Amino acid sequence: MNTRPFLRAFVSPAALCALAFMAALAAVMQYSLRAYVPGSLEPGGFTLANFTALLKPLYAWVFLDTVWICFLTAFVTLIVGYPLAYALVRTSNVALKSAILVITVTPLFLGEVVRTYSWIVVLGNNGFLNAMLLKFGLIGEPMQFMFTRFGVVTALVHVTLPVMVIMLAAALSHIDRDYDWAAASLGAGPIRAFLTVTLPLSTPGIIAGVTTAFAWTFSAFATPQLIGGGRVNMIANLVYQLGFASFNFPFAASLSVAALVLALALLALMRMAARPFESLGPH
Amino acid sequence: MPNLLSHSSSHQLLRLLGGAIVIAILGFLVLPAFVVTLAAFNGKAILSFPPESWSWRWFVKAIAYPDFQLGFRNGLIVTAWASSIALIAGAAFALALERYEFAFKHVLEAVLLAPLVVPHFTVGLGFLILAAQIGVARGYAVIVACHVVLVLPFVMRSVYVSLRNLDPRLELAAASLGAPPHRVLLTVTLPLLAPGLVGGWLFAAILSFNEFTASLFVTSQRTQTLPVALYNYVREYADPSMAAISVIYIMVTAALLIFANSFLGLAKVLNVEHSR
Repeated sequence: MNTRPFLRAFVSPAALCALAFMAALAAVMQYSLRAYVPGSLEPGGFTLANFTALLKPLYAWVFLDTVWICFLTAFVTLIVGYPLAYALVRTSNVALKSAILVITVTPLFLGEVVRTYSWIVVLGNNGFLNAMLLKFGLIGEPMQFMFTRFGVVTALVHVTLPVMVIMLAAALSHIDRDYDWAAASLGAGPIRAFLTVTLPLSTPGIIAGVTTAFAWTFSAFATPQLIGGGRVNMIANLVYQLGFASFNFPFAASLSVAALVLALALLALMRMAARPFESLGPH
Repeated sequence: MPNLLSHSSSHQLLRLLGGAIVIAILGFLVLPAFVVTLAAFNGKAILSFPPESWSWRWFVKAIAYPDFQLGFRNGLIVTAWASSIALIAGAAFALALERYEFAFKHVLEAVLLAPLVVPHFTVGLGFLILAAQIGVARGYAVIVACHVVLVLPFVMRSVYVSLRNLDPRLELAAASLGAPPHRVLLTVTLPLLAPGLVGGWLFAAILSFNEFTASLFVTSQRTQTLPVALYNYVREYADPSMAAISVIYIMVTAALLIFANSFLGLAKVLNVEHSR
C-alpha cells in the first residue's frame, strides 16, 4: 500500500509556484549582468559594469539610508508594539481585547497606498497636525513633516505595527502564566517579573517581529516615494526610477540583486545575533 | 491568584500608566483613519481642519472615476484567481509538509517562504523581465503568478497551524473503518481544516487585493489594480477623492474584520490566543 497517498498531487502545484519564483529571480540576475543600451529595451552583452557603478557614493548613500530607516522603523515599531501586544494578550476584558484586535489589524488590510495617503493628510503643511498645532498656538508657522525622514519613519511604523503586534502577541500568548505567578510568589514585583520572566520568554516573537518589520520596510515603496517626495530615497524608489523613468532595466536589476543580497545578509546577521537569546524562549 | 498580586498603590499606578500608554498607541493607529474621514467630507478641494463646509461630493466623484472602477474590477479578477490558486497550492503543500518526507522538502519549503523576505520590487521586476523574455504580454496571467508567489507563505502558515492542531486519530479512525485515502481527505481532513483554509484564503485575498509594490511593476495601464490606480491618482491630484476612497476602504475592512472576529474568532485565526 502506498503510505504517501497524493504526494505528487500535493507537491506539484507548489513546486510550479516555486519554479515561477526562481525563474523570476533568475531573470533579474541575468539582466543585472547585461549592458544597458540607451534608447532600447533590449539589453546588450554580458558585463559587470552595473555592479561597479553601484559603488558610486550616490548609490552607497541610498543603501546606507535604506538600512538606517529599516532599523529605525523596526526598533520604534518594537517599542510601540510591545505594550499593545501585551495588553491584547493579558487583558481579561473581552470588549477591550476585540477593540485592540480590530484597531490593530485593520491598517494591515488597507494597503500601503491608502495608509500613506492618510499620513500625507496628517503630516502635510496644511494637514491635520499642523492645523492643530497652529490652532493651539504651539507653533507660529507650519512645521515641515513631509519630505523628512521623521515623516517617512512615522508612516512606516504605522505600516509595520500590525504585523509586529500579531507576532509579539502570538509569542506572548504561548507563555504559561504560571511562570508569572511563580515569580510573584517568590517576591518579584510586576516590573521585575516582566523583565526577568515575560520579556525573555517572548524573545522568539521579538525576533520574528523585528526581522519581519525590517523586511517589510526594506521593500516599502509608496511611503518613501510619496512622503519622502524624492528627498528621502530608499532602494525601492531608485529601482523604480531607473526602470520606468530611465528604462535602464539592467541597472535596476543589479540594484535589486544587491538589495536582495543585502537584505538576506542583514536578516541572517540579525538571526545570528539573536541566537544566544533564543534558547531562553519557550520550547 | 489575586492574593499573590497585591493591589498596592504602586501596582495601581503601573496599571494606570500602562492603560494610558495603550490608549496613546491605539490613538496613533486610529489617527490617520480619523483625519482622512474628516478630509473626505470636506466641502472644498483644499484641505483645512476643521473643514469649513461639509459635502458628499468627493464620494460621488471617486466612485464615478473610471480608473478606480477599472482598478477595482481588475483587482477583483486578480485577487479571485491568485487567492484561490494560492489556497490550493499552499494547503496541499502544507499537508505534504506535515505528513510526508520527500526529496528536496526543505529546499522547496525555503523557496516558497522566501517571498516573505525578498523585497517586493525585486519580485515585481523579476516577473516583468521574465514575462518580456518569454514573450508574454503584461496581462492578468503575469500579475496572478506574481501575487500567488507573494501570498503563498501566508496560506501555508495558516493551514500548517491548523494541521498541527488537528487530531490524527480522527483520520486513523476513518481509515480503520475502511475509508479509502481520498474519502478520509474529503470527509475528515478537509472539513476539520476549514477554519485554517478560510483564514488562509481570506488573508491571501486581502493581501493580494492590496498588494502594491510588485503590482506597480507587472501591471499596465489596462490591467492596473486598485492600489496602482490610487497611487497614480495621488501623484497627479490632491483633491479629497482619494480621502473618500480611503474612508470606503476603512469602513469595508473594519466591517469585514468585526464580522470575522465575531464569527470566526480573529484571535484564533491570527494565532494570538490559545484555548486550553
